[in-house]
Amino acid sequence: MQFNNLFSILPAAVLALFGCVLLLLRFDSSRPYLIFLAFAELLAAIGLWRQTDFLGFTGFRGAILIDPFGIAFNAICLVAGLICAVGAYRYMEREDEDHPEFYGLILLAQSGMYLMNSGTELITVFIGLEITAVSFYSLTGFLRSNPRSSEAALKYLLLGAFSSGLLLYGFSILYGLSGSTHYLNIASMLATRNSRDPLILMAILPIVLGLLFKIAAAPLHMWAPDAYEGAPTPVTAYLATASKAAGFALLLRLILGPLHDLRPAWEGLITFAAIASLTVGNLAAITQSSTKRLLAYSSIGHVGYILLGLVAGNKTGIEAMLLYLLVYTLMTTGAFLLLSALDREGVTDFRGLLYRHPGVALLMILLLLSLAGLPPTAGFVAKYMIFLSLVQARQYWVAVIAALYVAVSLYYYFRIIREMLHNPDDSPATLTISTGWRAAVGLTAILSLGLGLNPEPVLAWARSALR
Amino acid sequence: MDAALFYTFAAITLAGALATVTRRNPVHCALGLIFSLLGVAGLFLLQAAELLFAVQILLYVGGVMVLFLFVIMLIHLEQAARLRQYSRQWPVALAALFAVFLEIYVLAQSGLPGLPPSPQPRLNAGGNTERIADSLFYVYALPFEAASLLLLIAIVGAVWLARKKEQPQ
Repeated sequence: MQFNNLFSILPAAVLALFGCVLLLLRFDSSRPYLIFLAFAELLAAIGLWRQTDFLGFTGFRGAILIDPFGIAFNAICLVAGLICAVGAYRYMEREDEDHPEFYGLILLAQSGMYLMNSGTELITVFIGLEITAVSFYSLTGFLRSNPRSSEAALKYLLLGAFSSGLLLYGFSILYGLSGSTHYLNIASMLATRNSRDPLILMAILPIVLGLLFKIAAAPLHMWAPDAYEGAPTPVTAYLATASKAAGFALLLRLILGPLHDLRPAWEGLITFAAIASLTVGNLAAITQSSTKRLLAYSSIGHVGYILLGLVAGNKTGIEAMLLYLLVYTLMTTGAFLLLSALDREGVTDFRGLLYRHPGVALLMILLLLSLAGLPPTAGFVAKYMIFLSLVQARQYWVAVIAALYVAVSLYYYFRIIREMLHNPDDSPATLTISTGWRAAVGLTAILSLGLGLNPEPVLAWARSALR
Repeated sequence: MDAALFYTFAAITLAGALATVTRRNPVHCALGLIFSLLGVAGLFLLQAAELLFAVQILLYVGGVMVLFLFVIMLIHLEQAARLRQYSRQWPVALAALFAVFLEIYVLAQSGLPGLPPSPQPRLNAGGNTERIADSLFYVYALPFEAASLLLLIAIVGAVWLARKKEQPQ
């Protein structure tokens, strides 16, 4: 019992412990922090890997469940955290904010994500969500001398608190309906209710809306472009991927678990959010002049695609969501990190990059092609799986609309590529590149291409995560 | 008797809450908050939750004292009294209020079918304090401990954001 309890939260405990220790360290250079962080992530990864032999174990009276689904999402968050931290240190040095708190908060946020990914009890997942969110509020405002960073943090904090309240309200109604906070008990108590019950709608509406906020889906996306733009760029990379993945894990666990039989109650809302995210994300991205904002809107669009897997609702759809989240994490962290190396963020600041830094430009082209979903990149495989699931579920109209938005997204991704092909300016943006950045961005770009050329391993991975 | 006490405490809670949001003087608002919290403490006592009653008074009176300090230290009372009291979003707030009342009405109409049996207030069955300890340290041990991590992160984040950047020597 005691061993089970500790074992079930071992990765989170390691991450939280190392995160707290990082807050106490002081070194002259940021390298030791990074080594420390990498060591913590390694231990957490070993913990996750050991858990694969103990599937089905629960800890803390069913508050934590060890299953392939949770392990898969934790792996995504771990990869995102590691890539962002490794790629970030030169950026933080340039901004003169290379403090251990940055790396500590990254680890602490990840320990919260662990609770969201593996938690099967309402209070546990809510506390996990708040741990993640509060860490991200601080990380967003980490550049204290930059007013835009502080503004972004304040906006994110206020809207985040509002959405947390909404979510908690839904949770409290769910608790009132079932008398328990454990998913299993909730499922058995809700089994007798039909999906037209006003009480059920009252519980599901705030819960789904609150979670849509956390994954930055339209119509609750308003905070995302501002927060993403103001935050330090490596934090944006982390926020746009890991935090979204954990939000999806929480949403899927609830919606495919206790709320699964009440599908009519949430189906319309999810479909609306998916289409709205596609529309808002892709259309608003067209006119952006800042690359960071453009990528922020495009990430809203990607959330729309991921939600389509849930609209399809079949096994292929959920597999596709997992696959898409992994691929999205790789290409989005890569693109934001690449942007973090430039000292200016406008689309036109990419002008002539291909001639001045051909290697970097090729990496960016690869990542953008993957984001746009062109073969032979991983982005294509992910989108293909989503469309396949929609066709299998006979949702042809939704598939057609989503396919149209792929064409729209081609336009704004190619705007950046076109700028890179232009002749260089007089005053080009300068690049600051570190070894860690090369490794992180190189890895994401190579995987974005490699997983597209040979998608079999990730497909098998997504399949095994849903066993 | 119980019903009379309930309505008294409920009225104190509501009146205090109303005073908190409608008064212009921040000190009066804080006083209103105290009354509201005391009313809630009374409601706890009616439910035979003596520990919660004591904790509510101890913690919140302390909390509101700190609030008083902040009000006196950080806010210019004369200026605050002259500020516009409601932002332009008040129609939205009114709509939200209406939605909540509609919700309560629908719930009351439906008669709340199929709810799980509500636990009877257990007068000293196994002890009030022991039951709270049981849920905090056994049933909900993980979220309880995780909440301490959450508070730590909040403190670290707040200190980080509030502290001025060190000047290079």
